[in-house]
Amino acid sequence: MDKLVMRTGGWFALALVAFAAMLAARDGGFAVHMGIVCAVALGLAVFAMRSADYGAYARGLVKMPADQGRYYDDVIRWGVIATVFWGLAGFLAGLFIALQLAFPALNLGIEYTSFGRLRPLHTSAVIFAFGGNALIATSFYVVQRTCRARLFMPKLADFVFWGYQLFIILAATGYLMGITEGREYAEPEWYVDLWLTIVWVSYLVVFGGTIIKRSEPHIYVANWFYLAFILTIAMLHIVNNLSMPVSLLGSKSYSAFSGVQDALTQWWYGHNAVGFFLTAGFLAMMYYFVPKQAERPVYSYRLSIIHFWSLIFLYIWAGPHHLHYTALPDWAQTLGMVFSVMLWMPSWGGMINGLMTLNGAWDKIRTDPIIRMMVMALAFYGMSTFEGPMMSVKAVNSLSHYTDWTIGHVHSGALGWNGMITFAALYYLAPRLWKRERLYSLRLVNWHFWLATLGIVLYAASMWVAGIMQGLMWREYGSDGYLVYAFSEVVSAMLPMYLIRAAGGLLYLSGAIIMAWNIGMTIAGAPLRQEKPMHDADYDAAADRPLPAAQPA
Amino acid sequence: MSYDDLRHFADSWGLVFMGLTYAVLIGWHFLPHGRGHSARAATMIFEPESDTEADHG
Repeated sequence: MDKLVMRTGGWFALALVAFAAMLAARDGGFAVHMGIVCAVALGLAVFAMRSADYGAYARGLVKMPADQGRYYDDVIRWGVIATVFWGLAGFLAGLFIALQLAFPALNLGIEYTSFGRLRPLHTSAVIFAFGGNALIATSFYVVQRTCRARLFMPKLADFVFWGYQLFIILAATGYLMGITEGREYAEPEWYVDLWLTIVWVSYLVVFGGTIIKRSEPHIYVANWFYLAFILTIAMLHIVNNLSMPVSLLGSKSYSAFSGVQDALTQWWYGHNAVGFFLTAGFLAMMYYFVPKQAERPVYSYRLSIIHFWSLIFLYIWAGPHHLHYTALPDWAQTLGMVFSVMLWMPSWGGMINGLMTLNGAWDKIRTDPIIRMMVMALAFYGMSTFEGPMMSVKAVNSLSHYTDWTIGHVHSGALGWNGMITFAALYYLAPRLWKRERLYSLRLVNWHFWLATLGIVLYAASMWVAGIMQGLMWREYGSDGYLVYAFSEVVSAMLPMYLIRAAGGLLYLSGAIIMAWNIGMTIAGAPLRQEKPMHDADYDAAADRPLPAAQPA
Repeated sequence: MSYDDLRHFADSWGLVFMGLTYAVLIGWHFLPHGRGHSARAATMIFEPESDTEADHG
């Protein structure tokens, strides 16, 4: 009883504090955010008072099997659902802003739906909501299986998951209301950053605690990548977001750094968000799910260790390549360029390691659509980790920087590598987590694969053309020394490419909708879809008989 | 330590220290015992999940 009073009272007190902060807020956005926090705390206070087990009701709604007592999987199941949901939301936002670029009328003339506010909503939704939930869910899955230990502090793991969703909600609503620090991939303001820090440290405790209590002596290499991802993101997040709030009851804050130091801090963060969030974390998925799906051990375990340490040692220096030809000292620019070029080798080492895991089982690319997705993911990992070092070379960068080539590069990595490996992991996880025989449909996975691949090809190809054309038009001087093209002429020249890009995005989103249907039907436990098997040997019933008895001559 | 000292430390002894650390961390796995250890680690994810700590916890 005391515990109940304490719990309910605690949530209610928190709701009151948030309510007071809402009333005293200096700006409307902060008031809305405190209102959201107040509503969440009030809801939790009411839930804590009721004897009904709402958690069990919700788990029943999404047909979660009972806890077997071996591994703590409920949080992973919620993570799979959240990943699919945020993926759809993020891809839809991306398609919409792609159409806004082609048809400016779609800005709708109101601030909340303008490109400037929806663009961070898209980037954060796909990177942090879709990618982040995939990373949290798969890391909890992999660390338990490879350590052969139940998750450390399951309740804290629940807090990590739901706390992370609150972070996403606060960040997303903040962007729409214009609350932003204006830092690439780190737009949330100071109080949301503090909340994420609490969630992230809890994540480290759950993950690290599980590793410490493992019953398997060796720590499998996927866990090295996950741990590097969690630790480095903690460091990057804290340093990049050092800032001073104007008021403790307002959303605005100012960075602790200024000028070029601020720029370098931002890109040290920004590039390592790519390196450790979108690369190390997803490589951890690769090193577990590719061997498991191919049913073969990783090609070379030693190569995976070289891959790991090389990424750790090199990536952290590559950030300055985002600041070529700026006020950043020249030696720092060159350092960033050199380390970026060096990164090419370990990246390709890792790609080869992943691809060669299929050595002796290449037929699986033809017969298993999930393996096909993984191979495409690795191919795009290789392609974008070649393109990236190339674009970091100063001479290339002078053409590519500030153009849509960069956007194409980012998307070949994000849609091709991060998206495809995540889809493959989700397809691997869904039937296992819900104890189904297999996915609802393998044919639909194949459809998803081709829609996504075609979408990426349209996207990347159109952005290459758009970017290089844009770069060349910007630097075109006439014989009299004036620029030949006005900015507006360059913009209008890109319309066809923008339309092709939006078409690519539509294909990619369509593939994701098919995935949502497929995974949804798997979760619902629908009977397996009646379909022609993906692979089948020829069978001729007429020929299936003994030879006629030989006739005497 | 001034900014200039730090910058020169970074591209001399700092770089040597980083390079050596990297070589040791990688080289460790290429010692003679490493082969069997790596082979076991790579196939560990396929071992049947029989009697684990989770069964008792």
